[in-house]
Amino acid sequence: MTTRRQLAGGLPPVMVPFAVLAVLFLALPVVGLVVRAPWRTIGAELSQPESLEALRLSMVCASLATLLCLALGVPLAWVLARGDLPGRSLLRALVTVPLVLPPVVGGIALFTALGRRGIVGRWLDQWFGISLPFTTAAVVVAEAFVALPFLVIAVEGSLRAADQRLEEAAATLGAGRWYVLRRVTLPLVAPGLAAGTVLCWARALGEFGATITFAGTFPGTTRTMPVEVYLALQRDPSAAIALSLVLLVVSLVVLAGLRERWLGTSR
Amino acid sequence: MRTRRGAGLDLIALTALTALTALTVLTACGSGDDSLDRAPSGGTEQAHGLGTVTVLAASSLTEAFGELGDELEAQHPGTRVRFSFAASSELATQITAGAPADVFASASPSTMDQVVKVGDADGDPTVFVRNRLEIAVPAGNPADVSGLADLADKSLTIALCAPEVPCGAAADTAFEAAGVTPAPDTLEPDAKATLAKVSLGEVDAALVYRTDVIAAGDDVEGIDFPESADAVNDYPVVALAEAPNAEGAEAFVDLVLSDEGRAVFEAAGFELP
Repeated sequence: MTTRRQLAGGLPPVMVPFAVLAVLFLALPVVGLVVRAPWRTIGAELSQPESLEALRLSMVCASLATLLCLALGVPLAWVLARGDLPGRSLLRALVTVPLVLPPVVGGIALFTALGRRGIVGRWLDQWFGISLPFTTAAVVVAEAFVALPFLVIAVEGSLRAADQRLEEAAATLGAGRWYVLRRVTLPLVAPGLAAGTVLCWARALGEFGATITFAGTFPGTTRTMPVEVYLALQRDPSAAIALSLVLLVVSLVVLAGLRERWLGTSR
Repeated sequence: MRTRRGAGLDLIALTALTALTALTVLTACGSGDDSLDRAPSGGTEQAHGLGTVTVLAASSLTEAFGELGDELEAQHPGTRVRFSFAASSELATQITAGAPADVFASASPSTMDQVVKVGDADGDPTVFVRNRLEIAVPAGNPADVSGLADLADKSLTIALCAPEVPCGAAADTAFEAAGVTPAPDTLEPDAKATLAKVSLGEVDAALVYRTDVIAAGDDVEGIDFPESADAVNDYPVVALAEAPNAEGAEAFVDLVLSDEGRAVFEAAGFELP
C-alpha cells in the first residue's frame, strides 16, 4: 500500500520536515536582509549614479558572459555527450575545474593565461596591443570562465537523456542534419538548455572573486554590483544591504520572467 | 481517509522533532564554543600559555605582526596567535558586527574610530607606527615611472586603493597635495591586493605603503615622492572590549608597544611616532 503510494508520486513523510528546514535555511538570510534594509533611505541609496552604473554593468556583463558560454558551451556539451574521442572523461573533469577552483584563484589563473605577462596575453599585447585585464571585456571573460561549467553540465545531461532513436527516426525519414538538430534535438534538450542558461547567467551575475582579481574594480568599467556591495560594506553596511536587496530583486524578476517564457509553465 | 490523517499527524510530529533536534544541536554548539573560550584563562596556564589570541590587523601589518606573533608564541609556550589581515575598514565592519577577536590594529584613526564609537574598544587606542605611501612599480620599472605626475598618464595601467580603505584615502590626500588628477584603471579593496597587481606585472604603477614595497622583495621597486609627507597614516592598536582572551590581548598589545616591537616595525619600514 505504502509502496504503491510512493511509486505513484506520493511524498514519503520523512522528507517533509527536512524540506521545511531547507526552506527556512534558504529564506531566513533573505528575511534578514529585508528586515535590516534601511527602508527610509533606500530610495536615495539606489538613485546614486554609482549604484545604477554598477547594476547596469552587472546586467550587461552577465548577459554577454552567458552568450559567450552558449556559443562555446553548447558545442562542448555536444562533444562530451555524443562525441567519440579518447580522453573524454579527462575533458569532462577539466570542465568542472572552475567549479572547484576558488574564484580568486580562477582570477589569478586568468592572469597567468591572458594577463599582460600571461602565456597567451603576452602575445596579444605584443602583436595587437590588446591588454585584457582591467577592462569590461575582462569582466565578461572572468564571469564566463566561472559560469561555463554550469551550462555545459546541464546541456550535456539533457543531451545524454534525450532519446537518440527519435533523431535516428527523423534521419531515416529523410531529414538532413540541420533539420534534425532544429526540429528534433533542440526541442528535446530545450529544458536542460534553458536551465543551464539560467544557472549560467545567475552565476555570472553574482561573480565576485575572479572579477575583482582579473578585472579589478573601477566605476563604470569593471565595478559590478557584487564588487560595489563589497566596497559599500566597508563604508556603510546599511548601503551594502540596500544594494544587495536590489541585486536580489532584479535577479529574481529576470529569472522568474525567463522561466515563464522558456518553460511555458507557471509551476 | 484514515491513513491520510495518520500521515498528517506523523508529519507534524516529525517536523517538531526535527526542529527540536536542530535546536539542541545549535545550542550545544553555542555552549561548546563558550567553554572553549573560557578554558585558556583557567588553571591550565602552564600547558596552554596564553591560549589563543586572535588579532585583526590592517593588511600592511602582515609581515611585522607575523613576526611579533611568533615572538609571543616563543615567550609563552603553548600560546597560539591567530591573525586575520584585511583592509582595516573591512575588519572594523567585522568587529562591529560581532566578530570574536582580541586585538584590532588599524591603518588609520578614522577606521579605528568606527570601533571605538560603538564601544567595542577596551580603553583608548595607541598609535604605534606611521606609514607613508610610495609608488610601486614592477621590477625594472618597465613604464619608466618617476613621480606622482606619471600616475595621471592615461596610457599607463595604474592601480590605486579604493577611497573607502585607508591607503586609498591617503592616496587621495597625496594627489591633492601634489595637484595631480590620477588616471587609475582599478581601485583595489586593500593595499596587498593593489601590490599583488604590481608583483604580477599587470600594472605599470600603484600607490601603496612603503612597508608593502619592502615586503614584496625583488618583484617590486619603490619610488619615493615628496608629497608622501602629506599623507602619512597613523596606525592605532587596541584591545577589544569583548575579547574572548583579554589576557592574551593585553600581552600582544604590550609587545606591539615594547622596544622589541618598535625594532621589528622599524626594520619593516615603518616610522615610529
